[in-house]
Amino acid sequence: MSPDIHSGSASANVSAGAVPRLALRGITKAFPGTVANDDVSLALRAGEIHALLGENGAGKSTLVKIVYGLLQADSGDVLWEGRPVVIPSPAEARKLGIGMVFQHFSLFDSLTVAENVALGIGDKTPMRVLEDRIREVSERYGLPLDPRRPVHALSVGERQRVEIVRCLLQDPKLLIMDEPTSVLTPQEAEQLFTTLRALRDEGRTILYISHKLDEIRALCGRATILRAGKVVDACDPTEKTARELAQMMIGSDYATPAGAAEDRKTGEARLTVHNLNLAASGPFGTTLVDVDLEVRGGEILGIAGVAGNGQAELLSALSGELLVQDAGSVRLEGVPAGHLGPRQRRAMGLGFVPEERLGRGAVPDMSLAENALLSRGTGDDMVSRGMIRFSRAHGLAEKIIDAYNVVAGKGAHATAKSLSGGNLQKFIIGREIMRKPRILIAAHPTWGVDAGAAAAIHQALMDLRDEGTAVLIVSQDLDELFVLSDRIAVMYHGRLSQSRPAHEATVEQIGLLMGGVFDTSDAWEGDAHAS
Amino acid sequence: MESFVPFIVIMLGAATPLIFAAIGELVTEKSGVLNLGVEGMMLMGAVSAFAVSITTGSTTLGLLAAIGAGVLMALLFGLLTLTLLANQVACGLALTIFGIGLSSFIGKDYVGKPLDALPSMDLGWLSDIPVLGPVLFSQDLMVYAAIAVVAAVAWFLYHTRAGLVLRAVGESHHAAHAIGYPVIRIRYMAVAFGGAMAGLGGAYLSLAYTPMWVEHMTAGRGWIALALVVFATWRPFRVLLGAWLFGGVTILQLHAQGAGIAVPSQLMSMLPYIATIVVLVLISRDATRIRMNAPASIGKVFHPER
Repeated sequence: MSPDIHSGSASANVSAGAVPRLALRGITKAFPGTVANDDVSLALRAGEIHALLGENGAGKSTLVKIVYGLLQADSGDVLWEGRPVVIPSPAEARKLGIGMVFQHFSLFDSLTVAENVALGIGDKTPMRVLEDRIREVSERYGLPLDPRRPVHALSVGERQRVEIVRCLLQDPKLLIMDEPTSVLTPQEAEQLFTTLRALRDEGRTILYISHKLDEIRALCGRATILRAGKVVDACDPTEKTARELAQMMIGSDYATPAGAAEDRKTGEARLTVHNLNLAASGPFGTTLVDVDLEVRGGEILGIAGVAGNGQAELLSALSGELLVQDAGSVRLEGVPAGHLGPRQRRAMGLGFVPEERLGRGAVPDMSLAENALLSRGTGDDMVSRGMIRFSRAHGLAEKIIDAYNVVAGKGAHATAKSLSGGNLQKFIIGREIMRKPRILIAAHPTWGVDAGAAAAIHQALMDLRDEGTAVLIVSQDLDELFVLSDRIAVMYHGRLSQSRPAHEATVEQIGLLMGGVFDTSDAWEGDAHAS
Repeated sequence: MESFVPFIVIMLGAATPLIFAAIGELVTEKSGVLNLGVEGMMLMGAVSAFAVSITTGSTTLGLLAAIGAGVLMALLFGLLTLTLLANQVACGLALTIFGIGLSSFIGKDYVGKPLDALPSMDLGWLSDIPVLGPVLFSQDLMVYAAIAVVAAVAWFLYHTRAGLVLRAVGESHHAAHAIGYPVIRIRYMAVAFGGAMAGLGGAYLSLAYTPMWVEHMTAGRGWIALALVVFATWRPFRVLLGAWLFGGVTILQLHAQGAGIAVPSQLMSMLPYIATIVVLVLISRDATRIRMNAPASIGKVFHPER
């Protein structure tokens, strides 16, 4: 007898060989220039957590949008519990029993939790009844929520709960989760998994989209792997290693960057932040309180934290986009720089890779050559008497493209927005590194970047560190921080914890700090005492 | 007290076109669309109401014509910005210029013709109560209608499901689309309502406030209505307060001129507009309050694919 895939669950209402809850047959969807889904077939059973695995641009999002009625397939059939169906709109999908939790939450900041839920469900339940139902469902599945609070006052994890509760109120048979843990602390993610397993045991189907391989191995009973719009493989992820899954996903092996060596020799302090205070710039901003940090030449400092805890403000204060009152609170190689703008700081040897690739990292409609040119100061020989020396700008762009394996259709002439996220990020990081910065600050360097490009970016950052540059990385991805960082610190509510050598820190400690458990200066020790 | 009562009475009248135009624009903006063409829609409403009333002798038909003209102008704006995805600011400005020109063209035969003003209500003994009678119970119907519309809009926005959906569309059109609301259709309806109300505001000018047709007779009231929406931080009842305040300032400067205060009349006429600017600057200092009520996706073109 073949073993049941989810032997741990006592799901009596799942019978092998039954009609799949949802079956896709030969789904094809083309957009101008690309085929997002090419003849995709897939079957989801009742009571399973099924992973949809693939790199960015592999067609995962398009496929689930078709299932949820946001997009229409060009050809192919959708079968719901054996019946062919057409899903013209999300409302129809919800009627069938399909719910979806979006990666970028579809919530309305200025409305309350209950109002947000009311918008997401079709019926006309009075608000008071709805509030009671929200409380009931949220308690039953361990997702505590206050229905009267406005959404903008909630943490990211709480916002996700709103989305999940909204789906659960409609008693869905199929729940689609699009990269649900990308914004959660490890503890929050674990809590979510518990909820998802409980839902599975009730006989619900969960389609789980992620590129975090360890999660998929821990949670999912089956996985379908998409590459370039096609189903390339299907497997039981619990029987594969993360590396095998990654190879199926990208179709080839990739080089893993060498890990951080202990006892690295570091140079003098290049970036020093002392008592940095900065008022929030808007109602949804974060105030920075007494931030202290130091990055020495030849080391990488990683800053972890859930988005929205002051990272954006800290980055702006460091790059010079926001000026600080006390010039001495930000020092570049000992020189007070808090009052200097980005151009002056860049002239002092600061390199900066912002979170937003299009719009801040690069001008979307300009060519790579022009974008390379814009990042260079007057001293870089790109401009002569106010006139642009195009050949040099092109030469520089071509050099970056070659050195960092940037795939750009028209080379230096390609516009920034025509590149995929990973390739543009490689270009921007290459552009900054080629300036030979004394200090490099990179925000979320591999966010939304496929595994191959991420490995290349990590290697480039480590090479830079080895050449003696001080590197500061802000990221939500703990795996990335552990691979890259020599020291790790955590941001929470505008404060920065003390840093600790990465090889001494554990994911649990960081997770606690991300959740705000650091009142004392030696919060790191708190966990050690507890255990 | 002798001059106070007529002052209030006239103030309520001066505020009425502002209330209509501003409450319509408020609904439009709450759905995420910025229509700067209020002035043009008001003028079209004013000229249509006047022409139809004088031709048919029916004020009711005049008012209906004003609503129709306002809606048509608004739908033109909707076609350009919602269906053809043109820039809302540019189209709104164009709509105002278009409305000024077209209303002058339609109205050139009606300039200077006399029309009886909209009759005041006579509620018997109620209207005879001293002070309260003239202020509360002997206005014309439109003054009451304007206040009723504000109350209805407030109720609609904050107590009905449709109002919640409208606010959601204005807050984040992508999120609203993602959970399956027809963003474009909802915006069309909000824009059309804005046009109807602007038309009524214009009609009040040409049928009741100064019963005649003069080219460009709105004299910037459409712009004040736009400012009132911001002044009110997108809350309906604050529109009422704001409109009464500006109506009051308008009347005050007339009284001051009448009393022979030795300030050039042009300077006095600027008062309501200066008051608008001062109040807007003061309001804008409180970013939190604006953010909590302002529709976040106002003025942004919605394209479902991206």
